[in-house]
Amino acid sequence: MSNKFLKYSSVTKKIVMSLAGLFLIVFLVMHLSINLLLLKSDDGAAYMQAVHFMTTNPIVKFMEIFLFGGFLLHIILGIVLQIQNWQARPVRYKVEGFSQKSFFSKYMIHTGAIIFVFLIIHFINFYFVKLGWVNPPEGVDKHDFYQMAGILFSNHFYAILYVILMIVLGFHLNHAFQSAFQSLGLNHTKYTPAIKAIGTIYSIVVPLGFAIIPLYFLLIK
Amino acid sequence: MNFTLKIWRQKNAKAKGKFVTYNIENISESCSFLEMLDILNNQLIEKGDDPVSFDHDCREGICGTCSLYINGRPHGPDDAVTTCQLHMRRFKDGDTIVIEPWRSGAFPVIRDLMVDRKAFDKIIQAGGFISVNTGGIPDANAILIPKDKADTAMDAAACIGCGACVAACKNASAMLFVSAKVSHLAVLPQGKAEASRRVQAMVAKMDELGFGNCTNTGACEAECPKQISIDNIARMNREFLGAKLGAQKQK
Repeated sequence: MSNKFLKYSSVTKKIVMSLAGLFLIVFLVMHLSINLLLLKSDDGAAYMQAVHFMTTNPIVKFMEIFLFGGFLLHIILGIVLQIQNWQARPVRYKVEGFSQKSFFSKYMIHTGAIIFVFLIIHFINFYFVKLGWVNPPEGVDKHDFYQMAGILFSNHFYAILYVILMIVLGFHLNHAFQSAFQSLGLNHTKYTPAIKAIGTIYSIVVPLGFAIIPLYFLLIK
Repeated sequence: MNFTLKIWRQKNAKAKGKFVTYNIENISESCSFLEMLDILNNQLIEKGDDPVSFDHDCREGICGTCSLYINGRPHGPDDAVTTCQLHMRRFKDGDTIVIEPWRSGAFPVIRDLMVDRKAFDKIIQAGGFISVNTGGIPDANAILIPKDKADTAMDAAACIGCGACVAACKNASAMLFVSAKVSHLAVLPQGKAEASRRVQAMVAKMDELGFGNCTNTGACEAECPKQISIDNIARMNREFLGAKLGAQKQK
């Protein structure tokens, strides 16, 4: 499979990478909007209703294929591009450069790898449970995501790990957002400053929104 | 001024190189960086040692021949200058200066600090030209071009092909160079006719030569002695996408 990917030009790979990334950025907003329902003090009624819709609606189920496709493309291309980048400089510098303007841009593969590991844990905790591949916690129905989230977030270790992960995600998104537009060639004297500002706001607000939930479960509930 | 120099020495492309430390004394602060290396080489020759090989030509910042990765930055600590325009007053007395060649798989070391930048020529040969006979020097107003377009093209054409962008990039990507060469032709009417073929051919050649992929770090732009903007990279991506999507069926 990697041979097929290698055949495409670097710019094509970057364009596909950025399109997949932007798709995931939109998905994150969706995901967050449902997660925030966990904060409602109705014992998860609204949240479960949203979960029910997301797991049964045929259009959403169809879109799921694109979501997994987007993740897969983004991850595989990210790895392929990174390996090529490492190969492009076989002998490293003694004094490593510090010319990079954007700090986060240097660590995209590292933050990306951390997010990938979390993604696997996340799947084991939720998606695989729903599919019946992983047993749900004792006494919890395999569709009861509210209970599962509650159990996980009440675990101090998991909650703190989750918050740290969201910070890492923020770092990743901070560079990703504006970089995606640059890769697509969408650079404009009028709009680029706005894109950069929106990207920075997005990379703070969205991870913060996710991080509030375990903190709420840990500290308030 | 006195300096400790740690210089990469490598006999030829195949030899294993290493850093050699030299102490150099009584350097004037108005001495240029390359003059300082000349003084070092004179001392080495007097001692019967091999002088340090490094690229240089015009020594006035327009030819793009000089290189050197100095203390972690291409062309040294100053912005928007080439190594030949760098002066020793920019350093402190007693400083240790680490001098390395450009590091990129596509720029193999020839000897010491000299690297082979033929890869750039190959990219230009792939499409960085207009395939019509332009004849003699045309009248300046024969083809009218708006000032802003002419300025954009001129800013991109300022690229001297030194390779600092590749040296600075953590991915050793040549995107800034290629995009500058694509841009300065693409925004002018003379270059438009072949723009689609050009961008595809140059990107393909760039990939084939083993340069890395662009991750929009902006390091190239920060280190470019001619301050070429990464706006050119966006323009090239745009041109490339348009060329691929808009390509007509071959008859």
